[in-house]
Amino acid sequence: MSELWQRLMTTPQGALPLGDWVNALIRMLMDHNGGAFDAIGSVVEGLAASVEAMLLALPVWMLMGVFVALGLWRLSWRFAVFVLGAFGLIYVMGFWHQTVSTLALTLSATCLSLLLGVPVGIWCARSNVANVMVRPVLDFMQTMPAFVYLIPAAMFFGLGRVPGILATVVFAIPPAVRLTSLGIRQVNTEQVEAGQAFGCSAWQLLLKVQLPIALPAIMAGVNQTIMMALSMVIIASMVGAGGLGNDVLSSIQRLDVGLGYESGLAVVLLAIVLDRITESFGKGMAARQSRAD
Amino acid sequence: MKPSKIVVQNLYKVFGDQPQEAMRLLKLGESKESVFHNLGQVVGVNNVSFAVNEGEIFVLMGLSGSGKSTLIRLINRLVDPTSGDILLDGQSITRLSAKELVDLRRRDMSMVFQSFALMPHRTVLDNAAFGLEIAGVGRRARESAAMKVLEQVGLAPFARKYPHQLSGGMQQRVGLARALAVNPSLILMDEAFSALDPLKRAEMQDILLDLQREQRRTIFFVSHDLEEALRIGTRIAIMEGGRLVQVGTPQEIIEKPADDYVRRFFRSVDTSRYLLARDLIDPGLSPSFAATRSVPPSASLNDVLHSLLGEHDPLTVAEQGGSSLGVITSSSALRKLAEHRLRDTV
Ligand SMILES: Nc1ncnc2c1ncn2[C@@H]1O[C@H](COP(=O)(O)OP(=O)(O)O)[C@@H](O)[C@H]1O
Ligand SMILES: [Mg+2]
Repeated sequence: MSELWQRLMTTPQGALPLGDWVNALIRMLMDHNGGAFDAIGSVVEGLAASVEAMLLALPVWMLMGVFVALGLWRLSWRFAVFVLGAFGLIYVMGFWHQTVSTLALTLSATCLSLLLGVPVGIWCARSNVANVMVRPVLDFMQTMPAFVYLIPAAMFFGLGRVPGILATVVFAIPPAVRLTSLGIRQVNTEQVEAGQAFGCSAWQLLLKVQLPIALPAIMAGVNQTIMMALSMVIIASMVGAGGLGNDVLSSIQRLDVGLGYESGLAVVLLAIVLDRITESFGKGMAARQSRAD
Repeated sequence: MKPSKIVVQNLYKVFGDQPQEAMRLLKLGESKESVFHNLGQVVGVNNVSFAVNEGEIFVLMGLSGSGKSTLIRLINRLVDPTSGDILLDGQSITRLSAKELVDLRRRDMSMVFQSFALMPHRTVLDNAAFGLEIAGVGRRARESAAMKVLEQVGLAPFARKYPHQLSGGMQQRVGLARALAVNPSLILMDEAFSALDPLKRAEMQDILLDLQREQRRTIFFVSHDLEEALRIGTRIAIMEGGRLVQVGTPQEIIEKPADDYVRRFFRSVDTSRYLLARDLIDPGLSPSFAATRSVPPSASLNDVLHSLLGEHDPLTVAEQGGSSLGVITSSSALRKLAEHRLRDTV
């Protein structure tokens, strides 16, 4: 015992080469799974490129009109006016194109996050073992400084929007998983029993009872995922993801406070619009459910 | 003799990870408390046997924690039995595969819940049509069937509303409509009206009794309210700590309570209201005593009192055209009444 203690005390700081091991692991993955990474990369690139092409193909007034209309429908005419003002300001500042790129990146990353996160969330809700295993992974993903994902992502996928989006997905998945799982677990026991008592199969129970009742929670997860994705795609400009992040980055490199302020403001305005609109979807549903059980 | 809809034989349910060990102790005569003390296993249902007749309202009563919800859920297998058998229309349902179980629940039984358990994202109509939708009935057919039951429970004008827009009583009418829409021969109701205020509760009991007059279904009804049980029950079963302590008609329960546990339920209830003519017969008089007027044995206390008031001659108790079962005099009625009223208030 005391010998072990002595050994520990005399171990020099930095004797554990964890970082070296991670490097070795990354190198091994790159050497042996290059094909898989290429395949993933081209799927993500395809998705991101088509989302961006679609958004850019719309005339400016139409894209703005869609958001103004969403604001009017979901919130109020006041918010619709705000949306118009915010997007107008971005346009006259000359950041429209970058903002649309950022929006496309955010939407692509959000889609992928939900595509992966919601099923994992369902799995965690159904299995305590899964929940216990997944939870620390989520904590890890969420608290690890976001930059750290960028380096291996760039090593696997090269520079560009693919590593940016994938690093963003890693960062933005946790709320989707957590809130899906929470939402399903919160469904009242008797509601689940009602589904079973009327003869639901496992799939029917999930699709007709659990997911619809969990939808407000899942929408809250979507909202958080979008917000985290937006913050991360800005950082992802460091690996060449493009969009508003490029302007932020060059303002830092050139110590251009004015540019930094303008591009930062565009990010904030976009964030407010996305946040309020997606939040309204969850809230509307929650209001309908709150007094129902 | 009517066929039995449900037959339950030596049914046990143990919650916990060592059910077999707990079963061994129970069969040695150990109590629920000692099983929990020694093994940490919770006994929900302990060696219960009874039969429910086709077309009756069978009310299961007991204090909270006595195992009522567990027992009712064993019947549609939301809870799996640890041991024993359950027969539905003569068929055992304890060893069905998952698929057979789903088929059984879709075909012939439904359930109403204490918390209503409606689907908040569905309209009233879609809630009522839920069971049919699950069973794969097309939109047209299920919506017209659902509309019909909503009319029966008086909710047709609210078909397009959402549950949260309705009061509690109306929400439970949706719960009832959902259970009726699949046209089941058996409806399970777990404290279905307990969450409602007394007026709404009485209203729901009336709706249930009206429906029952039109279409005779078998209803297995869990309640902790003796007045409710006496009002709607064809027969009543009383449960204590996972065991059945008594099964009988309302009259049998109030006339011959099996023990103090059963008697405790009467404390706040005026059981005399549930007396019938046959309970008021004077034991000292021969049935052949000539009386000028007669009442059927199932006449209510109020009917008998109306007949006795102001007249001095006794009443014969007899079915229409049947022979006399006995005679009611003012003093035999008063004696019985006093027996109940004075017992209940001490
Ligand atoms: N899923 C379960 N796991 C463990 N114990 C349970 C479970 N369900 C019920 N019990 C226990 O079984 C007993 C009977 O409960 P229940 O059937 O709900 O009674 P009641 O409906 O009469 O109030 C109680 O002691 C309760 O704690
Ligand atoms: Mg209960």
